[in-house]
Amino acid sequence: MGKIAIEDLAKIQEAARYKIALRQGAGRVRLNVHMGTCGIAAGARGILTEVMKEIESRNLHDVIVTNSGCAGLCSQEPMMTVEVLGEPAPVKYVLLTSEKVKKIIELHVLKGQAVREYALALGSERTR
Amino acid sequence: MMEDLSLHILDIAENSVNAGARNISIVIQEDVHLDRLTIEIGDDGKGMSAEVAQRATDPFYTTRTTRRIGMGLPLLKEAAEMANGKLEIRSVPNSGTTIKATFQLSNIDRKPLGNMAETITALLATEHQVNILYRHSRGGKNVTFDSKHVENQLGDILLNSIEALSLVRTYLEQEESSLAQ
Repeated sequence: MGKIAIEDLAKIQEAARYKIALRQGAGRVRLNVHMGTCGIAAGARGILTEVMKEIESRNLHDVIVTNSGCAGLCSQEPMMTVEVLGEPAPVKYVLLTSEKVKKIIELHVLKGQAVREYALALGSERTR
Repeated sequence: MMEDLSLHILDIAENSVNAGARNISIVIQEDVHLDRLTIEIGDDGKGMSAEVAQRATDPFYTTRTTRRIGMGLPLLKEAAEMANGKLEIRSVPNSGTTIKATFQLSNIDRKPLGNMAETITALLATEHQVNILYRHSRGGKNVTFDSKHVENQLGDILLNSIEALSLVRTYLEQEESSLAQ
């Protein structure tokens, strides 16, 4: 990619316009990376970047990536909560690595199969 | 462990988001002549009373309810003092907070700045409505990024969409590396 100027951001507007309707809806999947002090110290920013790159390279348009604070389980960071529309409860994934992120996106986000061995627990807590 | 200053900045700016800030400014100045690195993070969040601001650098104090220890500010204070610098907190209830950390630029114990492109992008990957004004100056050169300006450029594309965030990250990586040359 050549050097981009701030103004070039407008160029993606046309290309991305058709995706907007999808994204402005709730989105099918919401990925929430926990970004408290504990999360950041354990590598959460790198995990968030990894998640965004995966979503972009797989051209997924119905996934929202966001972040939140400490969930009170600092020793389990980095953590990510995955919410899929229609699934009974969000899943919290713990002690994330970039390999785990790839597998979670491949299996849970794309195929709807929660990766049980990376999950903290299947619970009923909602993040919003 | 916070390996670099950009991670501290992300952490402190997340405090601003949680304090309900709509506008956050992040200013980094590297002054070789004064041998000083200054990081200033200002917000228009709910602010703190003098008593709370005074206790904010005490690791055993936090306003959070999920756990009882707040490490963000104490860690930044430690990082600054390790590099012959200091941490200052100015806060006005219902008006905002400014955190200023100074470091001796050449100090062997000063942490590297790290990846500011990832920090700014991470701050924008949120459902909160938050404007980020970022300025980084070094040796007469500047990087300036105003998320409000970018948002206007994007029209009806959301700034927190993956496409926009990825462009912002690439743009800032490119600007930061031109600053380093």
